[in-house]
Amino acid sequence: MSWRVWLPLFLFAGFLGLAAYQLTQPKDDFVESGMIGEALPYFDLPPATEGASGAATTDFKDGTPRLLNIWASWCLPCIAEAPQLERLKEAGVPIVGIAIRDRPEDVARFLAQHGNPYTRIARDDLSEVQLAIGSSGVPETFVIDGRGIIRYQHLGDIRERDVPTLLAELEKAR
Amino acid sequence: MSRLALCLLALSLALPLAAQDSMPPAPFAYRQLDDPAQEAAAQDLMETLRCLKCQSQSIADSDAPMAGDMRHQVRIRIAAGEDPEAVRAWLVQRYGDYVSYRPEVSAVTWPLFAIPALLVLIAAAVLASRLRRRAS
Repeated sequence: MSWRVWLPLFLFAGFLGLAAYQLTQPKDDFVESGMIGEALPYFDLPPATEGASGAATTDFKDGTPRLLNIWASWCLPCIAEAPQLERLKEAGVPIVGIAIRDRPEDVARFLAQHGNPYTRIARDDLSEVQLAIGSSGVPETFVIDGRGIIRYQHLGDIRERDVPTLLAELEKAR
Repeated sequence: MSRLALCLLALSLALPLAAQDSMPPAPFAYRQLDDPAQEAAAQDLMETLRCLKCQSQSIADSDAPMAGDMRHQVRIRIAAGEDPEAVRAWLVQRYGDYVSYRPEVSAVTWPLFAIPALLVLIAAAVLASRLRRRAS
């Protein structure tokens, strides 16, 4: 019997092995934005809660790099990253928050409970800005340079180890 | 019986965590466009766009708030006269090919189309040679 008889079986076994291996690999649910290096799309959003300032594209063009934090009061990982945003604020970083699909009273309650690291907090009731900058969830944090160009995207909540990276990206955007 | 009742009770209590907003859906998340032709174009497009929150569903299929907001974007853009493929391109620019379900031949995906064609050719060649051998 020729060895070639076994070839299809080996091919099939190889395919099975490949499929089994791929199934055991963790799935990466993060979708990176394609807008890195692009200008911040035009927006002009009202404040998310009483006493806050809204945010517009023009606020990002004064020469100072900023963080743009996409978050929501209903988002649990956003609570986890609150202390890290506080540390970034203490390091002198201006942080603009955009609250996705959020109610003013919920935003106010969140800020009273977990601190307010924001210089501006705008409301995005239809996720319009979120979609326009290629963000696919909350929380996400973008580094915007002083000319309003998106330079860096951090997906998910900011952990302690991410703070130096964000500070370095802000420095690079200077 | 009582165990079954207990199981049912446990199931009914196992509600998902409230990690979702309580805002009303976007105006055009569930409302169809008035123009049937435009609505049909929007529907066709929405069925081939991936929901980013619930990644195995199209935005037409999903009740996630973000999918509703994406449907709203699709409908208002098409109502404003934008070409459906321009709307798709707008999303692909932001989220990559991943957001589109429509099969696309590209530098990365061409083997998916070429390999089956090649296999069919090989099978046909093997079949032809065997038939010829049997005939002789």
